[in-house]
Amino acid sequence: MVDVQLRVNGTIETLDLRPRVSLLDALREHLGLTGTKKGCDQGACGACTVLVDGERINSCLTLAVQYTGRSITTIEGVAGGGEPHPLQTAFIRNDGFQCGYCTSGQICSAIGMLAEHAAGAPSAVTEHLASRAELTDVEIRERMSGNLCRCGAYNGIADAIGEVAAAAAVQEVTETGAVRRGSAAGAARQATTAEAAR
Amino acid sequence: MKDFAYVRAGDVTTALRAIAAEPGAAFIGGGTNLVDLMRQDIERPGTVIDITTLPLDEIEETADGGVRVGALVRNSHLAAHPLIRTRYPVLSQAILTGASAQLRNMATVGGNLLQRTRCLYFYDGAAACNKRRPGSGCDALEGFNRNHAILGASDACVATHPSDMCVALAALDATVEVESVRGTRRIPLVDFHRLPGDTPDVETAIAADELVTAVELPASPIAVNSRYRKVRDRASYAFALVSVAAALEVRDGTVAGVRLALGGVAAKPWRAREAERILLDAPATEESFRRAAAAELASATGLSQNAFKIELARRAIVATLSRLLTDGSAA
Ligand SMILES: Cc1cc2nc3c(=O)[nH]c(=O)nc-3n(C[C@H](O)[C@H](O)[C@H](O)COP(=O)(O)OP(=O)(O)OC[C@H]3O[C@@H](n4cnc5c(N)ncnc54)[C@H](O)[C@@H]3O)c2cc1C
Ligand code: FES
Ligand code: FES
Repeated sequence: MVDVQLRVNGTIETLDLRPRVSLLDALREHLGLTGTKKGCDQGACGACTVLVDGERINSCLTLAVQYTGRSITTIEGVAGGGEPHPLQTAFIRNDGFQCGYCTSGQICSAIGMLAEHAAGAPSAVTEHLASRAELTDVEIRERMSGNLCRCGAYNGIADAIGEVAAAAAVQEVTETGAVRRGSAAGAARQATTAEAAR
Repeated sequence: MKDFAYVRAGDVTTALRAIAAEPGAAFIGGGTNLVDLMRQDIERPGTVIDITTLPLDEIEETADGGVRVGALVRNSHLAAHPLIRTRYPVLSQAILTGASAQLRNMATVGGNLLQRTRCLYFYDGAAACNKRRPGSGCDALEGFNRNHAILGASDACVATHPSDMCVALAALDATVEVESVRGTRRIPLVDFHRLPGDTPDVETAIAADELVTAVELPASPIAVNSRYRKVRDRASYAFALVSVAAALEVRDGTVAGVRLALGGVAAKPWRAREAERILLDAPATEESFRRAAAAELASATGLSQNAFKIELARRAIVATLSRLLTDGSAA
């Protein structure tokens, strides 16, 4: 058994685990946070996506003990101050799901994706690697390809993310410096800073 | 998954001593391949040595104008790094076509080099697989072999190496630095992975107790005009059927320099030396590209389900070089 200390959605959790326990199983089975889903347990579907220090990963293909001391955000922790995350609202408005099984992974992934894009990261469909890509529908779909949806709600998912990304882009133009609530990249950053402050 | 002991190595010396002391121990980087294979009972290490906190996560410019990449650099960070995007675009592109964003955030450079084949029979404990159980045979020869090798395979094994990153590294003349308690050595990337021969279970040139510490990219002006093209069964998040990493320099209508490597076709990233030889000093035309592609694939053999990859590889080579010809003259 090994001691594992995780900061999950702002709360420090101490667990005594067998080293073989995955981060996904630690969250679901040991902490009761069942919002994060297990689809394939092989890295092939994205249902288990969580944020670690703001970066999206698949929690099924990693050992919980490897993340000791790190900050994990799950779907249970993305809303702030009693308000749903802008992506949660946008998924509802755009019918971004049917059965909902992939949704928590989709939303955590989208939060990480928008932060990556805000930091200037390219994707496989970015034509000019040296410059920053605009978040077109094609870019959004490529950047979200690690999240499968068996219900095929892709159009709604891409629309929801596009809507939040567009709001963030408008905000970036109208504001320089501090990011307010309503910006997706800002909200991603906010989720981690709010957590750090707790 | 079988239980195992967990050790976290805070520095390289501790990691090297730990693996030397424990035959059958395994390093873990992002875990995206190892955890999967342990869950399938294909890898059964008694001890797992966590190297993710080793100070090998830097990307630095070297004195001779190349770039040194620490073995623990995440795939996503390498692809997004300004030095790589501007000087070695083929490497950024190759990485970005691999796996998914979540996996690239986890995967390390060392783990990517040492990832194992995705052959279904290697993954299926009940199947015959000389790589997994030497002497048991190879079920892929007559089975589902769409993703399997067309070059350099043997009767013992037709598996491919699945990495995209390594194909770009092969084209870029990268070197792998490895360290053990016995010291440090450097292995050219093209010699790092091995063809199967009679011993498909021996996959790389490194010993079980060696740690990959870095990958070095030499200065390569030609790589400014480079590209990666990946052909697969769906547009994203799938392994390559065939891929091409290429760099091209044209002067006065003649090929002044070319680097070419293929992925998805062999047990190692396939550096296309024969095609390069034919292209050098030849007219930079589609006709030359076609001739070079045909020569490189001359020794290719198809299996029951993958013979189409021979023509696919030829066309992918021609398409990639033609695109570089246009890109290069536009620049
Ligand atoms: C669903 C899925 C799709 C994928 N698609 C693609 C794809 O399209 N293209 C592609 O290229 N890849 C793909 N991959 C593979 C992925 O790129 C690899 O799993 C990843 O690069 C491995 O890196 P890691 O750090 O997670 O390795 P780990 O799983 O941690 O380790 C892999 C192996 O390397 C050894 N190792 C790790 N680091 C070192 C070191 N520094 N020195 C010595 N040994 C070391 C480990 O002991 C282990 O044997 C996919 C994976 C999944 C799960
Ligand atoms: S459950 Fe982790 S990727 Fe499918
Ligand atoms: S909504 Fe059912 S899997 Fe996506």
